[in-house]
Amino acid sequence: MNELKTGLETQEYFINMGPQHPSTHGVLRLMLTLDGEIIKNVEPHLGYIHRSIEKMCEKDQYRMIIHLTDRMDYLSCHINNEAVCLAIEKALEVEMTDRIKVIRTIIDELTRLSSHQLWWGVMGMDLGAITSFLYGFRDRELITDIFEETCGARLTMNYNIPGGLMFDIHPNFQKRTKEFITHFKKKLPEYDDLLSNNVIFKQRTQGIGYLSKEDAISYGVTGPSGRASGFSCDVRKLEPYMAYDRVDFKEILSTEGDCYARYKVRIAEMWESLSIIEQLIDNIPEGDFQVPTKKVIKLPKGEFYQRVETARGELGVYIVSEGKVSPYRVKFRSPGFSTLSAMNKMATGFKIADLVAIMSTIDLVIPDIDR
Amino acid sequence: MFKSIYNYFSDIYTAVRSLLTGMKVTGHYVFHPKEIITQQYPENRDELKMFDRFRGEVVMLHDENNEHKCTGCSACDVACPNGTIEIISDWEINEEGKKKKIIDKFVYHLQMCTMCGLCIPACPTDAIVMSEDFEHAVFDRSKLTKVLNKPGSKIMDGIK
Amino acid sequence: MNRLILKINIYDFTPLTQAIHDALSESFSPGITTLIEMVIIGIAFITLFTILGLVMVYAERKVAALFQQRLGPMRVGFFGTAQTIADAIKLLLKEPLMTKNADKFLFNLAPFFVIIASFLAIAAVPFAKGLQALDFNIGLFYIVAVSSLGVIGILLAGWSSNNKYSLIGSMRSGAQIVSYELSVGLSLLTMVVLTGTLQLSEIIESQQDGWWIFKGHIPAFIAFIVFLVASTAELNRGPFDLAEAESELTAGFHTEYSGMKFSFFFLAEFVNLFIVAAIGATVFLGGWMPFHLGNWEGFNLIMDFVPPIFWFLAKVSFIIFIIMWFKWTFPRLRIDQLLTLEWKYLLPINLVNIVVMAFIAMQGWHF
Ligand code: SF4
Ligand code: SF4
Repeated sequence: MNELKTGLETQEYFINMGPQHPSTHGVLRLMLTLDGEIIKNVEPHLGYIHRSIEKMCEKDQYRMIIHLTDRMDYLSCHINNEAVCLAIEKALEVEMTDRIKVIRTIIDELTRLSSHQLWWGVMGMDLGAITSFLYGFRDRELITDIFEETCGARLTMNYNIPGGLMFDIHPNFQKRTKEFITHFKKKLPEYDDLLSNNVIFKQRTQGIGYLSKEDAISYGVTGPSGRASGFSCDVRKLEPYMAYDRVDFKEILSTEGDCYARYKVRIAEMWESLSIIEQLIDNIPEGDFQVPTKKVIKLPKGEFYQRVETARGELGVYIVSEGKVSPYRVKFRSPGFSTLSAMNKMATGFKIADLVAIMSTIDLVIPDIDR
Repeated sequence: MFKSIYNYFSDIYTAVRSLLTGMKVTGHYVFHPKEIITQQYPENRDELKMFDRFRGEVVMLHDENNEHKCTGCSACDVACPNGTIEIISDWEINEEGKKKKIIDKFVYHLQMCTMCGLCIPACPTDAIVMSEDFEHAVFDRSKLTKVLNKPGSKIMDGIK
Repeated sequence: MNRLILKINIYDFTPLTQAIHDALSESFSPGITTLIEMVIIGIAFITLFTILGLVMVYAERKVAALFQQRLGPMRVGFFGTAQTIADAIKLLLKEPLMTKNADKFLFNLAPFFVIIASFLAIAAVPFAKGLQALDFNIGLFYIVAVSSLGVIGILLAGWSSNNKYSLIGSMRSGAQIVSYELSVGLSLLTMVVLTGTLQLSEIIESQQDGWWIFKGHIPAFIAFIVFLVASTAELNRGPFDLAEAESELTAGFHTEYSGMKFSFFFLAEFVNLFIVAAIGATVFLGGWMPFHLGNWEGFNLIMDFVPPIFWFLAKVSFIIFIIMWFKWTFPRLRIDQLLTLEWKYLLPINLVNIVVMAFIAMQGWHF
């Protein structure tokens, strides 16, 4: 394609990034068309970790669906659980107690924080600063401890059930959460020192992987990645669910749309999450942690949709029920899938090294894409 | 002209400063080895205590007389999304001459369990609980299939 | 033999080497004497390489662990000290693999290029007084010249592996070393302006009354920083590890290497780190010269009491620590930023620095 003045003929070539590659964080295969180091085209190939979760849902009873969603976007598992629960609760028309709402919101935000911490660590590692990876995990460990104590598992918690929570919060929950907040408020500025303000990091991310607002909307890029392009898409604000209508938080928006903006939005979201938790942690109302539901849940005939804001963006759950014990069809609108589709738009014209930065800042979780 | 020269040097200054702040953060930890967070497993097995809600694996409770509370009602089997639990039941003739269903084997396939914890609340007699054991690795896959009721165990009196 | 043992003097190795030379010359003809001496030195360096490899890999792991709030290797031996030995055995036992259609000859040749380049370079490193294999009048120039030979090995490895990742990695490395070689050379040249000699032993002697980094005012300090940055880049170490860039190119130029051949690259990387630190210590920090403070006789005497070899190793460790600190703190640069840094920042600063330094040397303003 390029004929240099020297008469040297150059050729485009293909390179397979993945399915096994250190920076795809899972089994994603990207077919890159390269001209030297410049990316001409990115073609994602999916399906390496497909487990047919949607199909499995069709044979399961409603209670059983929830633990499958843990395995989609495993970093925001609690929020995934909640999406299904909310859809079911909406269909059953049961009203949650305030206690359930507040606890769910707090754990949602803790999940978001832990997801962002992991993302921060991995982002640094992708760009070559391996130390940040361990710092990210250091702080995340405290959250996993909280989860382990209250929900019974570190990653795939399955804490939500239709009609409330599996158990009440552990007596230590508030104390531990407050300890975590004090700890993390000290450590979060360290994140800025290590990466955000670092000149190399800035150079690697500023102006890289630009996505305009129009493109973000038309590709359906939601979550922090969409908001970095100026697309106001925070479901917590648009359609407040659980206790989000009673807390005071900002929707972080940025207009730059580059990698650094996406990075900054996530860092700012961590501060927001901390403030949401702080507002709620001392005011957990008394009440029941479960609302009684039938032993075998049957949804009325109809279609039900619920969307929530996971750490990666908008997760939609669409349930078609025929009035039986298991759904006729379940469809998940996962944020990662839509975000990945904008990859080509973002990466074309940049270098391989930039692709790694772009991939980290859109924060892909492959099981979320493949399901 | 002067502006660009000024920018050149101020760029260098901010760059070097940002790099030094980064080095300060990492340097701090080198000289504070007390803040090391990793632990040495399995040396710390004795101190290592999981939280009591931790869902390690399903176990059946037995009391000192080797009696359990499972009636073989299969409610846990039905509640399990993965077909992890398999109840092989038997019939026992009790004193009154009536036939009564008891469990012969409560088979638990650990390899299929997702530790979702749905079986525990499903049990009407609280016969099974989640243990805190997390060391599940074995050398042979067949070892993952466990029989949870101990050999020779009986159902407790008064459990229906 | 007794004669030799008597000659061992930890403060000055010249009598010892001289005695060995005399003893050999007594019984052999000059040609054979040189040959035997070369063999002795060769064996000594191979041993040194092994020890360096083992010690430095361990040190890197422990230092990295400290930076990252980890414990690092703890299991094999006391505090994990035998970990690298275990790893070396593992590498020896591994199967050497090769990709289909790889250029067999070049593929096998590449690791040797890399390791021989470091062999050549280490020959001129002055470890202590009189402990230097080669001491000729262009020592510094020689080290800079041969240490850049290693890039040929990297280019060959990338080309012959028949893997696109390797090729990209080695091409990056080529561009990188060609540019940064310049900065390393110029920053050393800045100091040569002061020392007036390229012979390493004389450079050290000239620092009898103070190290150049103190005597040479700010320009010497700038030169030192530039040297550190540029040599980190030349070593292909983070944040300049674009040739390997494990998150981009899996492992860059040595993606396809395994077993012993891989360990050659690995070893060369660490030995080169040592050599770079040794040059830095020699030129800027006075090599094996003890630290002296003006007229504090008592203090200076105590400092003199520490054998030169320890001074040398301490300074080398200091520089190695700083280079490791870079690696475990900073993100990696991109190839074009790497070149911008060199051509837009380091090189002009270096050139101005040389002029300033020449002026200082001319006026005799240095101490
Ligand atoms: S924990 Fe879940 S998967 Fe495991 S046996 Fe119980 S219900 Fe089945
Ligand atoms: S464990 Fe409980 S639920 Fe399962 S069969 Fe026994 S009694 Fe029934």
